Amino acid sequence: MTAPPPPAIELAAVAKRFGAVQALRGVDLVLHSGEVHALVGENGAGKSTLVKMLAGVHRPDTGTLRVDGQETAFHGPLDARKAGIAVIHQHPTLFPDLDVAENVFMGRQPRDRFGRVDWRGMYREVGRLLGTLGVRIGVRTPVKALSVADQQLVEIAKALSLQARVLVMDEPTASLSAREVERLFAIVRRLRDDGAAILFVSHRLDEIFAISDRITIVRDGAHVLTASASELSTGETIRHMVGRRLEALFPKEDAEIGDAVLSVHGLSRAGHFRDVSFELRRGEILGLFGLVGAGRTEVARVIVGADRADAGEIRMDGRAVRIGSSSAALTHGIAYVPEDRHGQGLVLDFPIAANVTLPILPRLGRFGMLNRNRERAIAGDYAARLQVKAAGLGAAVSSLSGGNQQKVVLAKWLATDPKVLILDEPTRGIDIGTKAEVHRIVSHLATGGMAILLISSELPEVLAMADRVLVMHEGRLTGAFSRAEATQENVMVAATGQAAVAHGVA
Amino acid sequence: MASRSAPGRADRLVTLVGRVRELGLLIALLVLVVAVGLRAGDRFLSLGNLRTVLLAVSILAVMAAGQTLVVLTRNVDLSVASIVGLTTFVAGDLFKQNPGIAVPLVVGLACLLGLALGAINGALVTVGRVPAIVATLGTLYVYRGTTFWIAGGEQVNVSDVPDGYRDIAMTRAVADVPNPILIAGAIALVVAYVLRYTRIGRQLYAIGSNPDAARLAGIRSDRLVFGAFAACGLLCGLAGVLWGARYGRIDSRAATGYELQVVAAVVVGGVNIFGGAGTVLGAVLGAVLLGTVANALTILRFDAFWLQAISGLAILIAVTIDLLITRRVGRTLLAGRNR
Repeated sequence: MTAPPPPAIELAAVAKRFGAVQALRGVDLVLHSGEVHALVGENGAGKSTLVKMLAGVHRPDTGTLRVDGQETAFHGPLDARKAGIAVIHQHPTLFPDLDVAENVFMGRQPRDRFGRVDWRGMYREVGRLLGTLGVRIGVRTPVKALSVADQQLVEIAKALSLQARVLVMDEPTASLSAREVERLFAIVRRLRDDGAAILFVSHRLDEIFAISDRITIVRDGAHVLTASASELSTGETIRHMVGRRLEALFPKEDAEIGDAVLSVHGLSRAGHFRDVSFELRRGEILGLFGLVGAGRTEVARVIVGADRADAGEIRMDGRAVRIGSSSAALTHGIAYVPEDRHGQGLVLDFPIAANVTLPILPRLGRFGMLNRNRERAIAGDYAARLQVKAAGLGAAVSSLSGGNQQKVVLAKWLATDPKVLILDEPTRGIDIGTKAEVHRIVSHLATGGMAILLISSELPEVLAMADRVLVMHEGRLTGAFSRAEATQENVMVAATGQAAVAHGVA
Repeated sequence: MASRSAPGRADRLVTLVGRVRELGLLIALLVLVVAVGLRAGDRFLSLGNLRTVLLAVSILAVMAAGQTLVVLTRNVDLSVASIVGLTTFVAGDLFKQNPGIAVPLVVGLACLLGLALGAINGALVTVGRVPAIVATLGTLYVYRGTTFWIAGGEQVNVSDVPDGYRDIAMTRAVADVPNPILIAGAIALVVAYVLRYTRIGRQLYAIGSNPDAARLAGIRSDRLVFGAFAACGLLCGLAGVLWGARYGRIDSRAATGYELQVVAAVVVGGVNIFGGAGTVLGAVLGAVLLGTVANALTILRFDAFWLQAISGLAILIAVTIDLLITRRVGRTLLAGRNR
């Protein structure tokens, strides 16, 4: 290697803490002009925080940021832009009603000598920019009429018009077709050859190895290694991504596993997942692991009737059922605890008691009149069992801690007395103590004969809790492991889609 | 490539829809004019009646131009009619209490008052973070209440205002066209110019289209939204001047209930109630369309009740067509993307 000029961007030992969570603990990232640099890591490894630092959204608590060797600090997105950094997000941040040209030049529209927006000049310039990218998109087309892939190209054109020398691409391929990815990569390579520094964040290892020159791996907010892509194999990369010691955090009780309660066969929903089949048995905790966007939540939503399947069959206790709504799911004994407990799980201003009994309201009274005493009795029972810490059952849920809110959500669905409990990221964003408690409760429920589908992005949680582990990648099941077979490496290989490649399963 | 041609077609379709929104309105207007003209003949199809219709909607059009600025930013101003009521009464009262006061001074003060009232709305929304629909519902009552309080049961009579004031609305400065029509036309042109040819105008669209993206693009949203409310207030102040000059006799209930007609005109005119899309031309055409319907019903001797029902129907039809087109286009796109 020749002696390099100062890197375009250098993050040295940056750290960032959000409340109780240490998102980054000393990460180094060096980005040179003329390279495509991949940033790889598990969910929650700190990739997004790094991207947001480069975008000027977050400032590091400690550590330094250098642009062209000069130490600097970004006080907002505009500073990052001025430093020549453009960020292309997974979901483009554009103005859907406005045309392509205006999206590229919003706030910086060229003006003629009377100070009027020079529409013609703008259309010409944007046409030229898109031409250099080799794409054919009408400059007058409203952005809402474009595919996501084309919208990303509009973002890239915007970056070019800003003379950005550093392009940060956050999961740019997540919603693109294979052909669109190819086209994007051709453009990325050309920008690199023209001297741009490109940071490419992705979950897809095959793409990372196809496009990047160097790879930086982060894990748990810390820097693991940076190496040339040619020196790394996918296997090594995965090992570095997951290479964490498993701690026996969670007490998993042995439960007697019975007959299949819920079985799903060939379930598909266009654009989300395809051909998903599995069985969930009484007393079993079935882990469903996958990286963000793998389609796990989408599967759950179809099972509980929130979305429709295009194909496939759902059986409860061996009988085919049609579940067209959440209340139908409840009737069949399936309860779903969503990931977003604020948006979907709880009415924050309501007291605990009312929240717990919300799904079973019809059972609580007669002639449309609510029996308050029964409401309190039922809510009190579950709150006690789950050890919800609160001033009383009348306390508003908004006054509780995140962990206790999560227990109220659990209590709410347990009150429906389900046979199948689907938990979607049950411990995201709650402290470690409550986390262990939630795990204890889940484990205890399984011992009691409940069938539990545990959706989680946290590998250690899945490995510790689940009797079996299913793995999804891009809308397909790519792995099924028994508790004994499920190692971090095995599961991560399946989750990154490498298993399918290795075994020739298309 | 199949995946290329389908979006291409959809692209053009959406572009066309964006362009012809006003054209569709014009066609609806034409159909209406021909249909009514066939039944009512000269009573409807005459230069005199055209003048009547345009004069009747001129004040509405000024207010609709102001409302368009606000609605484009994904906000709404429900207090517009109360601003007109307060400014028109204050202007009339100034003449009544100070005989001989200069007309331009009163006009200027009325416009300033409108600006101030609009600025209060803007501050409530941008500084107070009160949702616009609630904030301006509040000021709708506060401004009207203030008018009642100032009026104290009194009213301004035709004899209280000088001829020079009434001339603003009652003369025809150019080619036999009543002044309010000229003024409304001029204002529509100015606002249209701002929206089309200034960065600020384009940023108003950006804010309404995607507030988050606007922030990331470094647009000072709060400032611009505040400005939109203030400008809307200013135009309503001017509408108040026109109102007083036109009617001469002013009580504290002037323009009561007018706000819904303004919103109706804007929505019928194709301005997206969720911001980001629409033009002043459309809003003014919307006002003209509603005014023409009102005029036609009067000439055809329909009950006043029908006017309201048909205005309501016009809103529903306009919004439904909008939605249908948007959805159709979306479906075409999806079909194109499923390779």
